[in-house]
Order: sequence, then structure tokens, then C-alpha cells
Amino acid sequence: MTAAGTYTPRPGAAPLPRMIAAQAALETRMLLRNGEQLLLTVVIPALLLVLFSTVDVVDTGAGKPVDFLAPGVLALAVMSTAFTGQAIATGFERRYGVLKRLASSPLPRWALMTAKTAAVLVTEILQVILLTVIAFALGWSPHGDPAAVLLLLVLGTAAFSGLGLLMAGTLKAEATLAAANLVFLLLLVGGGVIVPLAKFGAAQQVLELLPISALSGGLRDVLQHGAGMPWGDLGILAVWAVVGLAAAGRFFRWE
Amino acid sequence: MRSEPVVQVRGLVKRYGTKTAVDGLDLVAGAGVTAVLGPNGAGKTTTVETCEGYRRPDGGTVRVLGLDPVREAAALRPRIGVMLQSGGVYSGARAGEMLRHVARLHAHPLDVDALSERLGLGSCGRTSYRRLSGGQQQRLALAMAVVGRPELVFLDEPTAGLDPQARRATWDLIRDLRADGVSVVLTTHHMDEAEQLADDVAIIDGGRVIAQGSPEALCRGGAENTLRFGGRPGLDVGALLKALPADCTAAEPTPGGYRITGKIDPQLLATVTSWCAQHGVMPDRISVERHTLEDVFLELTGRELRS
Repeated sequence: MTAAGTYTPRPGAAPLPRMIAAQAALETRMLLRNGEQLLLTVVIPALLLVLFSTVDVVDTGAGKPVDFLAPGVLALAVMSTAFTGQAIATGFERRYGVLKRLASSPLPRWALMTAKTAAVLVTEILQVILLTVIAFALGWSPHGDPAAVLLLLVLGTAAFSGLGLLMAGTLKAEATLAAANLVFLLLLVGGGVIVPLAKFGAAQQVLELLPISALSGGLRDVLQHGAGMPWGDLGILAVWAVVGLAAAGRFFRWE
Repeated sequence: MRSEPVVQVRGLVKRYGTKTAVDGLDLVAGAGVTAVLGPNGAGKTTTVETCEGYRRPDGGTVRVLGLDPVREAAALRPRIGVMLQSGGVYSGARAGEMLRHVARLHAHPLDVDALSERLGLGSCGRTSYRRLSGGQQQRLALAMAVVGRPELVFLDEPTAGLDPQARRATWDLIRDLRADGVSVVLTTHHMDEAEQLADDVAIIDGGRVIAQGSPEALCRGGAENTLRFGGRPGLDVGALLKALPADCTAAEPTPGGYRITGKIDPQLLATVTSWCAQHGVMPDRISVERHTLEDVFLELTGRELRS
């Protein structure tokens, strides 16, 4: 059936860059193939942007609604991929023994996490391109320093990844699924994405400390009002990132 | 074949909370196929997963290919192949895609298409994992364990839930791996699997190895063999026993059905038939039962069902 010598041992790990590239490509395909994930990461942000920019149901203050909404929806896109999507996907990978199986492959754990981060970033780039095109079609006129926007997006991704992985690595997959969606919904409403935080009265000062508020607020300051580096919001995101990633590193369980 | 052991476990202890899963286990596996046999909950999976580097021993030492599976995991992982008892694949991944991916993590992988074909996975390469049958999922996991051309593969119940054809295909692959110099450590609770495949069998119960050796040696050394014949009911069993060597037993468990245990050799057979001839008995349905590994296993681990 099979020629003798076919299975003669010839072990060896592939070069690290090739392993990480292969893992990142697979993780990205898994993210983009999943229908529920796409609903969360693409359909919902795009729909919200179009709906609230064209129908006047939320008072978004002075100026065009899209100028207020586009930064909020970009923040939402980051949260949907780095937090909700990553938490749910990783939770089920843990449940189905994928993380366990990969742990005995030549791929080091840190390389797996690097590949996951790369997959999140690739997905976010696709989201940002799509949402930017839609926003421009709706008459968006952004301002500000692209470097500040990039820094906000990167720190936001780090903060939400830490929280998502913490959830995925400590809760059961079903609990992660429920909790990640609930948190997504609550932060969508109470995180300055569509509804200005000023509408929440006294709660505003607490809500401003949420990572989603810092990201949407920071992006809005820069893109809508042309502000300089939003150090306050970057600081809040940095604290969430450090705390979230450290807790995930400490408490993450692979099985 | 190499003489140095591929797996060397000494005094392994592993506890989960207050429960001791493995209790001072010693196991040496050389080149070839080693079967770890035992009832459910005996500690098979814990032992194998400790060798794979998943669990940190609470006591004792484990060396796999001369390496510590926890501290020297980075050096060990590329050299071993692992088949978990279940799962291990992204539920949305296609069978071929996942196998190709694992191949890409290795420097000199097997030909993915040939391996898929060999294991009967050729037609389901584009089927997502969650839509594969249980048997196809098992064979994919087996393919993932061998695709990196490891020196040693660990297979945790590789044929659980397989139909007879798939089971044969798995056995054939394991035989080919062995012939090409790959060492195999597999767990099973199918005696025939151990008997068919293994050079060496370790029987585990209660977290310890209670017997180890080649299937032949275990069968020889364990239970005695049995000779059965039918005849007129009510023969004088005591008189028959006097004609037999000292360590035999003779009984009539059912009327007209006789059973002799002991060392069953041509001499003994001749003694029995001549005794029958002297007593005018025509013995029929004479059968000699060789003890199987199953008998040895049940004798060692007890016959009662355990929950």
C-alpha cells in the first residue's frame, strides 16, 4: 500500500516565521468564515453607521451625525473583533481541545498568541476599510492626526484582547458566549458609541472610565474635533490593557 | 532496534485534588509498539498526558526521548506526535485544511494528500470538522499525529468508536509506522488491539502498572489453559483427576460437559483420551482454549464492573 520508508522519522519544527504566518492565516480564515462573527464584526457596525447617520433618532449634537457616529462605530468594530469575537472563538477552541492540541505541536504558546493578535489586526483592517468607505459615502469629513488614531486603535485592541482572553481562558465556552455578547450590547449602549455619554447624567463620570468610552471618546476628539494626542483616553486604555493582559496571562487555563 | 527506552517513567504520582489518579507508576517503553491497557479510570490518559507534557508530575520522574516533557518541552514537541482522546480541531476548519496546517508547522512533513488517501479521508478534505463522522474525526486526529514525521507517537484510544474497516486501516498504519522505525505508545481497552499490535503491553490498574511484558509472555505467565470435552454425564471426575499431573483441575460444570485446566500439552490430551477409552466414553467436542490477553486482563483487574 505505502512504500517502505514513507514514515521514517524526520522530525523538526518549521521556521518560526512560517509557523506564525500559517497560524495567523488559519486564525483569520476561521474568524472570517464564522457567520455569527461576521454579523457582529461587520453587519452590526455597518448597519448602525448607516441607520443612525440617515435617520434622526439620536441627538448627536451639533454637526453632521456621521461625524459623531463614525468614530464611535470604529471603536465598536475594534471591540467586536478584539473582545467579543476573540473571546467566543478562543473559548470554544479551548473547549474543543484546539488549544490543547496546538500546545503539543512545535508552535510555542507565545507564537500562537502572536498569530491570534495578527488575525485580530487583519480583521480590524478590513473592518476599518469597509466602515471608512461607508462613512465617506455618508459625507464624513474626518480631522486630526492619523498617528493618534492609530495609537488609539492599537491600545484599544490590546485592552479588549486582554479582557476577551481573560474571559475565554477562565469561563466555560457557553458562559463566555453569553457574557461576551451581553457585555458587547451593554457597552454599545453605555460606551459613547451611538448615544453621547452626556445623556447618562451623573453616571457619565463612571462610564468615561470604560475602555469603550475611552476609545470612542478619544477617536471622536481627534477625528471630529481635530484634537491633539488624547492622553487621558490613551492612559485609560493603557491601564485596561496592562491589567487585562496581565490577568489573562495569570489566570488563562489552556484546557 | 534501539535499546535505550523512548519513554521512562519512574514512581510517577499525579493527584487531582484529593483523588490520586496515578500512584507510583513505573513504565518503560522501548522501540516498537507499546500498549497501555487498563479499565476506565485506571490512569492511562493521565500517564500518557504527563509524557506529552500536559501535566506536571506530583512525584517521580518522566523522560521521553531522554527529555523532561515539561522543562524541555520546546525540544521534545517537534519530535513527538500526539493524538488526543477527542477534539483538537477548529470546529469550522475543513479536514484537509487542518491537516495541511499541522503539516506546515513541521520542517519535513508527510505528503498530506497521500496520507489523507491512506486513511480514507480523501473524499472529505473539504468537509468541515463538525460535519465529519466520529470515525473520520478519529482518523483526522491520527493523521495529525503522524504528519510531522515524529520519532514517537502517542495515541490515546486511537480506535475508540471506529467501525471494523476503519479499525483495520488504523492498525495497518500503526504497523507501517513500526516497520519504518517510529515508536508508538497507545492506550486501549481492547485486548485484541494490544494482542495484535503491541510488542509490549503494560496493564495499568488503580494508577499502577500491575503487569508488563510481551502479549505472549503475559498469556503464558498468567492464567492456565483449558481443555473441554463432552461425554456421558456423571463420569468419575475424581478418578480422572488421579490420572492427570498434580497441578491440574477437573470438573463437570454442566452435566456431560467436562473442563480440565492446567498445562495443556499433547501428553495431557493423550492421557485424557486414553482414560476415556478405558472407561468406554466417547469424548466429543474436544476443545483446547488458549488464554487470551483478555483472560489475563480480567484475572488481574478483577471481573466485576467498576463505575
